Amino acid sequence: MTLSASLSATDITLRLRRTTILDQVDFAAEPGEVTAIVGPNGSGKTTLLRVLTGEIAGQIAPGGQVRMGGLDVVDADPWVLARRRAVLAQQTALSFPFTVLEVVRLGAEGPGGAARALAALARVDLAHYGGRLYQELSGGEQQRVQLARVLAQLEEPVGPHGPRWLFLDEPVSALDIAHQLQVMEIAADFARRGGGVIAVMHDLNLTAMYARKVVLLQQGRCIGAGPTEEVLTDDLLSRAYGCDLRMGVAPGSGLFLLPQSAQIAHESSDLELRS
Amino acid sequence: MAAMTSAEGAPGAPSHARSDIGDVLHAGDRRLRARRLRLILLAVLMCCIAASLATGAAGTSLWAALWDGLRGQEVALSDRIVLWQIRLPRTLMGMGVGAALAVSGALMQGLFRNPLADPGIVGVSAGAGLGAIAAIVLGGLLPAALAVPLGIYTVPVAAFVGSWASTMLLYRVATRAGRTSVAVMLLAGIALGALTGAASGVLVYLADDNQLRDLTFWGMGSLAGATWTKVGAGLAIILPALIAAPFLARGLNALALGEAAAYHLGIRIQRVKNLAILAVAAATGAAVAMSGGIGFIGIVVPHLLRLASGPDHRDLLPNAALLGASLLLLADIISRVVIAPAELPIGIVTAILGGPFFLWILLRQRGVLDL
Repeated sequence: MTLSASLSATDITLRLRRTTILDQVDFAAEPGEVTAIVGPNGSGKTTLLRVLTGEIAGQIAPGGQVRMGGLDVVDADPWVLARRRAVLAQQTALSFPFTVLEVVRLGAEGPGGAARALAALARVDLAHYGGRLYQELSGGEQQRVQLARVLAQLEEPVGPHGPRWLFLDEPVSALDIAHQLQVMEIAADFARRGGGVIAVMHDLNLTAMYARKVVLLQQGRCIGAGPTEEVLTDDLLSRAYGCDLRMGVAPGSGLFLLPQSAQIAHESSDLELRS
Repeated sequence: MAAMTSAEGAPGAPSHARSDIGDVLHAGDRRLRARRLRLILLAVLMCCIAASLATGAAGTSLWAALWDGLRGQEVALSDRIVLWQIRLPRTLMGMGVGAALAVSGALMQGLFRNPLADPGIVGVSAGAGLGAIAAIVLGGLLPAALAVPLGIYTVPVAAFVGSWASTMLLYRVATRAGRTSVAVMLLAGIALGALTGAASGVLVYLADDNQLRDLTFWGMGSLAGATWTKVGAGLAIILPALIAAPFLARGLNALALGEAAAYHLGIRIQRVKNLAILAVAAATGAAVAMSGGIGFIGIVVPHLLRLASGPDHRDLLPNAALLGASLLLLADIISRVVIAPAELPIGIVTAILGGPFFLWILLRQRGVLDL
């Protein structure tokens, strides 16, 4: 991959009043693979994602830089950014009674928008939900509708200006296991077809399954970045999460995580590992 | 069984596709329905205009005058005066005020992401009222350099400033990090209403006899004082706001997903918000300056339209203008006929019709909103 196709952030520091949320974080991701951002609650994962998407890029301390391909994200026009990346939030509240198809079409306007929206809905198994009211769906279904909206916004993983980027903020936290896999498959497929995927993840097993690169944050600092098997190590994870964690290798399916439950440290509420 | 399934595979596929298209049509139907609705609303508005021109205390018959005019006969001077100087400006003013209030309501609801936002309920009309009262009472104190160019626009412009200041204040108070709290918005509206009410009271206390007469006429919430001058000044402010509103539709639609999502969809949020506040202030300010306090149009109209054809602002805003204009003309006709030859203030008519409707909305939304 050429350097200009990648997404990179250098020296990202972000302070909110006197608290430092992100402290000199560097970040790099390549198209064609899933890059996961992991770390305990409050480590700055979502904030980093919001910086990378441009949403709060204007608030970073001077000297920091975010580039998406050749584009300077900090100064980019929202309209220009919207054609190169789409963002799936943790949860989205809708204030008026739009139908499912109307919600997806917010991301897919113009001629062909309806077909694109419908294809995206089919992609998340909700092809027949188009006429239903969004507010009447379950939380998991709503999340999948939002994913469809985001997919419809990007159209294809590669656009005229290079690869497009899909940002996912804890995309599977509201979903059952089958739909967790479905959503991660969609993300992985987007990457396989040339797009870039950056996902904030809580589930380290899904991270191990789908991410090629991992960035590990702790208290606003990056304490590990690189290929998944180099970052998801017993040592780094135990340090980051403050409890004893072991990675194992399952025959045929790669890495998996095993929390050492007897030795879980003080902050057990911070643990969001599903066994 | 397996053989049957595979045999049906081919015919099954088109039926699957057909039902997909059915879904699209079903959902896309709402835009189609909204466009059809617009034609109906346009026809209704025409009827309301005709009825408004035909109704009045004087015995003038619109139809007789039109017939005479068509046959090339001279229309009686008194009829011409009644139609041209009284009923036509009144009708135009009703249309302008009704459209302005309905569109303001729809814009505010989109901006606050909340179906209960309405200029009347959250104190924006009261702010406009304070501006108008201040212009009537203190207008004489304006330096000539300002008073002369403002001229007939003094009251509407002051009302515009008043409603703009209160919308800004309300937005600052009730919205944090892009989320509007219903409770804070309504409570801030109450506080704003009380404050502007008190300030208006002080001004009324200061007013002399002539100004009191002006204030009384203005405050009754009536279209009776319509003159061409007043209508011209008001419409000059309302029309730009009405024309600008549909350009905000895409932004307001995206804003329904929240500010962050709207930004990610490519919307310049701050610009949409500033323009929406400006349009609300202009439309509400001019409407209040022309006709005093007329409530509930801004909440009833968008709500009915959302029920009929969905919340898409691209359709909601133009349809709201049409339905708002019709409803206000209708209310004005009622106000003119129920106790004829006297007139009921139109604000009373809209309150009698709109109050129960507002309660009904509250009941319906009780479970949805965290009130």
